[in-house]
Amino acid sequence: MTTIDPASSSSRVPDAEFDLILEAGRTEKHYWLDLWRYRDLFLILAQRDISVRYKQTAIGVVWALLQPFLTMLIMTIIFGKVAGLHSDGSAPYAIMVFAALLPWMFFSSALTSASQSMVGNANLISKVYFPRLIIPASAVVTSFADFLISFLILVVMMLWYGFAPSWHILALPFFVVVAFFAALGPGLFITALNVKYRDFRYVIPFLVQFGLYVSPVGFSSSVIREKLGPNLFLLYSLNPMVGVIDGFRWAILGGNSSLYLPGILLSLGGVGLSLIVGIWYFRKMERSFADIV
Amino acid sequence: MSTPVVISVENLGKSYRLNRRSQRQSYVALRDVISDKFRGLIRQRKSSDQSSIWEDFWALKQVSFEVKEGEVVGVIGRNGAGKSTLLKVLSRITEPNRGKVRIRGRVASLLEVGTGFHPELTGRENIYLNGAILGMRRAEISAKFDEMVAFAEVDKFLDTPVKRYSSGMYVRLAFAVAAHLEPEILIVDEVLAVGDAQFQKKCLGKMQDVARGGRTVLFVSHQMSAIQNLCSRAIFFRTGTVARDGDVHSVVRAYLQEGVATDRFVREEKDGPVSGPKITTAVLLSNEGAETDPSDGTIYLQISIRSPQSRRLALDIRWHDALGSAIGFGSLGTLNENQMLDLRVGINEFTVAFSTRHLANGSYGLSLDLSVPFVELLDRVENCLSFDLEQCASGLGSRAVEQKWGYGSHQMVVQLIKKM
Repeated sequence: MTTIDPASSSSRVPDAEFDLILEAGRTEKHYWLDLWRYRDLFLILAQRDISVRYKQTAIGVVWALLQPFLTMLIMTIIFGKVAGLHSDGSAPYAIMVFAALLPWMFFSSALTSASQSMVGNANLISKVYFPRLIIPASAVVTSFADFLISFLILVVMMLWYGFAPSWHILALPFFVVVAFFAALGPGLFITALNVKYRDFRYVIPFLVQFGLYVSPVGFSSSVIREKLGPNLFLLYSLNPMVGVIDGFRWAILGGNSSLYLPGILLSLGGVGLSLIVGIWYFRKMERSFADIV
Repeated sequence: MSTPVVISVENLGKSYRLNRRSQRQSYVALRDVISDKFRGLIRQRKSSDQSSIWEDFWALKQVSFEVKEGEVVGVIGRNGAGKSTLLKVLSRITEPNRGKVRIRGRVASLLEVGTGFHPELTGRENIYLNGAILGMRRAEISAKFDEMVAFAEVDKFLDTPVKRYSSGMYVRLAFAVAAHLEPEILIVDEVLAVGDAQFQKKCLGKMQDVARGGRTVLFVSHQMSAIQNLCSRAIFFRTGTVARDGDVHSVVRAYLQEGVATDRFVREEKDGPVSGPKITTAVLLSNEGAETDPSDGTIYLQISIRSPQSRRLALDIRWHDALGSAIGFGSLGTLNENQMLDLRVGINEFTVAFSTRHLANGSYGLSLDLSVPFVELLDRVENCLSFDLEQCASGLGSRAVEQKWGYGSHQMVVQLIKKM
């Protein structure tokens, strides 16, 4: 047995000789580095969620296609035919709706699944350390897979209507990235809130439904702009999804849809702000997750 | 230069908030927060009232120790002594409230076998998933994949979803992944409690390899034999503090002695006259007086009986195993009339002794009866005491096993030691 040498008592050993120091309220220096180190876990978790999702439901991929398609059909009938709203330029109403439905469905499913992800993975959180950000982020990625699959419908619809995209389509990847971050920010915020206040999950479906009506999904944002006037429309653009949806339409519908630049910039600002607030609140709550989940 | 300290823990404290209103939920309901706020507005309640539904429970208090490179340290203590909380803090799962922990080197912790296993995924997919959860890189897992599969002996079922695995296969696969972690510090919590005996042996062997490889290991277990085989040093936790820290054999002995002595039964006194003799307290001790060798397996039972009249009666002791099945019977008086006890009016105290040499390791319960043999049952306390038997060959010396098996229940020899 080794005798304890008083000279080497741990309190005399400087902190610098240790790799990791755990103290109350200490923010981890290496958090983002850790996040990078755990990237494999992130990918494997996302892969797990995706493969479980398609293994469990009998119609798997079909469901991922059917859901947005039927929603598009209903919205086209209600807003395009019954309400008689106009489309962007000469673009078919169905394509205009679907161009918005893509990011919206991604946003709403990402929000819902991220908020459930922490509670669903409680066994992991209480048994292993890893940057907790990985869990809701991989839930968002899972919804992203559905999103990519439903792009297939868009391709089919464009062939059906004989609608060719313009060079604007090259900007689509940029708006896809914006959509991703637009979902991640509020997703993280709601995730943290849902761990702390477990009954918050009852509020989420309502929030999502509410969001559908305050975002220009079933109708063009130019309809709103005409009704509200430019000043109120700027206020409307604070909703990050307005910018994302307008961006998608601009990229997919080509010259038929016009991009209202101040509105887009404001929405991008909204995306950035919600991302920062989401990460900040998540990191603040993260330390106590294992104790309360 | 002495061996470097790889884990340094100073005045560590960890508290949990318990909700007095409901024990079950540790989280807050938004509904409650909102309704409390409203109530507060209406009644102008003081804020101190608000916090009073929360109670702090300190799972760890002022814990300090350090571990040097290459040490294999056993962490022991009763349930709720803070062992698991300590491991959770060291594995960064939860944050300490007080004090400081400093760690040098890569830590891998194994608090559960098969964390994150998903029943729908195949064995192969789960190896990657579990490996990544434990902190391995994908390339590392691929490099050791064949070794893991061989260790788990599941090669035929690699592409079968693990929900179709037998529980043995499941545990083997899970442990195989964990066994191939190569951290500088390994933290293990009671994972050997699962699996069959042969597999447990294999796991212990693997852990011994890790320890011999010069890596630092922190190992929590209730199996004292495993602790003594693997560890050179042990830390004994009692109600959140370090009760003893040092050489594994002396610490384990201290733990075992204390473990028995804490068990006591005290009858809640009811008002009103009592019609007959009643057992008021019963205490189990592992050694009575310093002259007794504590490791000879004798357990002492101090019992006090309150009697309203002077009587002659028998004391029966029944032993149960952890599942409550009767395994033994011993008596002063029922089997031999000469041993019957004479009670005076008032409190009567007795100490009796019995040997545990012929009992296997495990948990046992005791029930006590007072009777006039074959005539009248005067008092009965069911399962009022319990003790854990954890005697092991290594360190305490081997002993001859006494066995006197008869028909039916085993007859335990009970001796009257002291009468007051």
